[in-house]
Amino acid sequence: MLSTNGQRPDPDLLLAQVKQQEAKARRGKLRIYFGSAAGVGKTYAMLVAARKLASERHDVIVGVVETHGRAETAALLDGLSVLSPKTVTYRDKTLTEFDLDAALARHPELILVDELAHSNVAGMRHPKRWQDVDELLQAGIDVFSTLNVQHLESLNDVVGGITNVRVWETVPDTAFDAADEVVLVDIPADELLARLKAGKVYMGPQAEHAAQHFFRRGNLMALRELALRRTADRVEGDVQAYRVDQSIESVWKTATALLTCIGPDAGAERVVRAAARLASQLNTDWHAIYVETPDLQRLKPVKREKILANLNLAQELGAITAVIANAQIAESIITYARKNNLSKLVIGRDPIRRLWPWQRSSGQKLAMLAPDIDLIEIGRAETPTKDRRESAKLPSLPDAESSERRKFKRLRYLWAAIACVAVTVLALPLATHFENSNIVAIFILTVVLVAVQFGRGPAALAAVLSVFAFDFFFVPPRFSFAVSDVQYLLTFCIMLAVGLITGQLTAGLRFQARVASHREERAGSLYEIARDLSGAVQVEQVVKISDESIQRTFRASAALLLPDAGGRLIGTTPGPGAGRPNKDLAVEIGTAQWAFDKGQPAGFGTDTLPGSEVLYIPLRAPTQARGVLAVQAHNRRLLRIPEQRQLLDTFAALIAIALERVHYVGVAQDALLKMESERLRNSLLAALSHDLRTPLTVLVGLAESLTLTTPKLSIAQLETAGAIQDEARRMSTLVSNLLDMARIESGEVKLNLQWQPLEEVVGAALESARGMLQRRQVEVRLPRDLPLVKFDAVLIERVLVNLLENVSKYTPLGSTVTLSAEVIGDYLSVSVADNGPGLPVGQEEAVFQKFARGERETATPGVGLGLTICRAIIESHQGKIVAAQRSGGGARFTFTLPLGTPPLPAIEPEAQVADG
Amino acid sequence: MAEPLPVAILVEDERQIRRFVRTALEAEGWNVHETDTLRQGLTDAATRRPDLIILDLGLPDGDGVDFLHDLRGWSKVPVIVLSARVDERDKIDALDAGADDYLTKPFGVGELLARVRATSRRRTEAGAGTGTGAGAGATFAFGDVKIDLSLRTVHKGGAAIHLTPIEYRLLSLLIANAGKVLTHRQILREVWGPAHSEDGHYVRVYMGHLRQKLENDPAQPRHILTETAVGYRLVQGER
Repeated sequence: MLSTNGQRPDPDLLLAQVKQQEAKARRGKLRIYFGSAAGVGKTYAMLVAARKLASERHDVIVGVVETHGRAETAALLDGLSVLSPKTVTYRDKTLTEFDLDAALARHPELILVDELAHSNVAGMRHPKRWQDVDELLQAGIDVFSTLNVQHLESLNDVVGGITNVRVWETVPDTAFDAADEVVLVDIPADELLARLKAGKVYMGPQAEHAAQHFFRRGNLMALRELALRRTADRVEGDVQAYRVDQSIESVWKTATALLTCIGPDAGAERVVRAAARLASQLNTDWHAIYVETPDLQRLKPVKREKILANLNLAQELGAITAVIANAQIAESIITYARKNNLSKLVIGRDPIRRLWPWQRSSGQKLAMLAPDIDLIEIGRAETPTKDRRESAKLPSLPDAESSERRKFKRLRYLWAAIACVAVTVLALPLATHFENSNIVAIFILTVVLVAVQFGRGPAALAAVLSVFAFDFFFVPPRFSFAVSDVQYLLTFCIMLAVGLITGQLTAGLRFQARVASHREERAGSLYEIARDLSGAVQVEQVVKISDESIQRTFRASAALLLPDAGGRLIGTTPGPGAGRPNKDLAVEIGTAQWAFDKGQPAGFGTDTLPGSEVLYIPLRAPTQARGVLAVQAHNRRLLRIPEQRQLLDTFAALIAIALERVHYVGVAQDALLKMESERLRNSLLAALSHDLRTPLTVLVGLAESLTLTTPKLSIAQLETAGAIQDEARRMSTLVSNLLDMARIESGEVKLNLQWQPLEEVVGAALESARGMLQRRQVEVRLPRDLPLVKFDAVLIERVLVNLLENVSKYTPLGSTVTLSAEVIGDYLSVSVADNGPGLPVGQEEAVFQKFARGERETATPGVGLGLTICRAIIESHQGKIVAAQRSGGGARFTFTLPLGTPPLPAIEPEAQVADG
Repeated sequence: MAEPLPVAILVEDERQIRRFVRTALEAEGWNVHETDTLRQGLTDAATRRPDLIILDLGLPDGDGVDFLHDLRGWSKVPVIVLSARVDERDKIDALDAGADDYLTKPFGVGELLARVRATSRRRTEAGAGTGTGAGAGATFAFGDVKIDLSLRTVHKGGAAIHLTPIEYRLLSLLIANAGKVLTHRQILREVWGPAHSEDGHYVRVYMGHLRQKLENDPAQPRHILTETAVGYRLVQGER
């Protein structure tokens, strides 16, 4: 039965399934009503299903449902409880949105949330409704929702291509695939058109508009096919998952995982979507990587962000993503593919602009490097809508600094021009003494210097200006642009070329040097914060160091929000030593708490409350989140640069680890202190116990030896000796009680829990109490089949002895004391009852108080610690002890001990008879 | 022929306790040597050939349990330990290390003498037993229970009692150590074997069976007594 038949499921895969199932068990279930277009009846179907469940007494509420004025649908809402929406004011308009917090607080069994693809108004917790739904699911609430095919992220561009209408509200495929059930709501295109005409989909002019644009028969048919196919894909996925679950003829994943590369060009998004579709068709994993060369690092932040946005898109579509820094694109792609065992490469086709015959497309390069890897090239047809979308997605940020920068840039060109003029002026007197070739050299030197100082653009300007100046002032005929000697044209060309090339090269070098220095700066600041944090031993130090480091490195205000014992965040105010105004940092504690609870960043530049000014990064340490770092950059662009974000994340990780270390330093110190004080207390108690008992032993012993002396003492003397002995013993009991009380109250009693029969300890207690109970009837009623119970025999004996002692103190001679036990539920209940005078009325609870006595100022000895100790002992056993009046007179004390599953006693081989 | 008095060594650092213990023992006819350190006690035990050692566990110059380990390397003399500590662990350790019995302070002279008598009786019986051998007289009785050790039969009030093999082994172990405290660990080792030395509930369950069969009132046993959290002791006569 080894795995030779190849049918055995991979244990890792099974483990992954188990984990997934566990995660699912906690999560709510998501059912999506999926359709090809608006008006097919998704909401209707959803409401019908919900009504059925509600009639079966399930707790169903309507979170949000768009009826679009359709009467049939609205009628279905009757009788369902509807969550009142949240009213939001946005740009002077009052809008209503789904109230996520109210839904979470209400925590129904099932909630209906229409239109999964809806985008929330800015200022809501999540930008997208599917994220709201995800949070509902995480809270264990089942959700019904609806979705049209054109809103699916991976099909978005395809649908856009078919209908010429691009929708901006999309749902990532991962969210769709993670749904537990997908119900396809389908009607033929003609019927849908008929419904549209009948005004059942849109009302009035809206219907007219829709019929002309979106609701064309061809469109609807294509959309319907897409929806059917996508559902079929999903069903196939379900079947496969089922097969793996059940290990029937298991379908194994082969190593055909895909790798796609994201480039800087605009078509990358299309490539990503194509790869995602391909991967889902092949049912394989896929990876998306971005190889960042020094050239690409030089791109504008906006472009780089686009690349990262595409990488994020890939991640949303289910890819494993990575950024690789390497100058050799093709080589690093192949290395990555080999390392991850990826046998298919998906790349965008290079634009056809081959300057030189020896230039190869990246596809050819890859094919030459790895002939064994399949290569799939994706066309890059641009859709005109694309750029609009990108610009919509990335709002330009007002930036105080950028105008200054632009000014500085313009100044550089001015300086370049001034340099050219100056050189011309300086060179003019030389013209009579030197050859023109030397003059050319001076100009070229100028261009190089300008390139070094001001970069590429000014260098180009300087090159052109130099050519004109040289021509005008030095080439005969001088002071004219005319050229007498044709060979000067070659000089101009070479001059221009040399100027441009050197400018380009030096500018490149300058840029690389700048990149290198930035990198070093980052490494330096990382090193600094790591060094500083490693020395911190108090939370205050960590707070101060991180505040200062972030201030220094990011020119940002920062605050550490640390949780209290209950996991609620509280802000730390920077100490007076920090000397830094923190007024401008407006921390919203709610958002920070969300980031802390979810372990995800929130606020500025994230998916959650992106409109916030402040970025909240959870401080995730190896064992748990240690707090939240709130950062507000003065120059917000800085936080958008990927390297800076990464650096900030690394800072957060370092701070988290430092906080955790400090926490454990504290824990260790506490433990040491506790151990030390426990040791001290124990030795104190042991010494007390010894020092108090030794004189008592002497007293008891000497008093008793008096009674044994020969010749015999007189009766009176014997009585005195007996009295001394009795009092000494009573003193000894008192000392024991006091010491035990001290021990139990310190909470340091270690119970010696053993499985044992109650009978044994009852016997021992009666034996100990025999002297006290003389001339009182003792009745013991223990059922023979009592189970073993886990308890500390010494302590339970003490409880019984104390209860019996109580009886002896408060009942007259000749009374009867009954000791009985029975099993009640999960507890063993033991009572000690007497037929004496009973408890003072209303004092049933008070008798357990320390130094409480049945009656005040009686001659009955005892301090009243006995019952207090009983209660402490029983409670440490997770039991309860109560006092009550016994029906028929007297008092009854009852305590319970939890039952468990006792171990099986050793099974004795069937007994041979050992009798005669 | 006057027999020499039996010799007892008393190792105890509290002078007043030594005083009354000595008085009591001398009244019983013992020759008592006192010492207040473990070191001296060990020397005395080696040189005076004692018949009994009474040892306080809380001596300033060392641990009584170490003393017992040392002593048991070369002597079988009965040892009764005195303990002021309430922790049962100490008593169990002392018994496992070879002590025969224990008394918790404060104790009375009567209790002390009862233990001393039981211990020395066991010693003389064991000594005599080797001489006469287990003949027809190899019977044992407590209360109305009679055990014939050679026939392996048990009678209670004249009626034959059926015991399982483990119950019988348990009973014979108690009889062999009558009057002496046996710890749970010792009983487990003797009856179930060394592999079971942590399964304390075995002993408790079977001891319960024995009581059900042999005691008149199992909840108030008169002979098979529980030393709570320490072990068991078989007592022949009424206490």
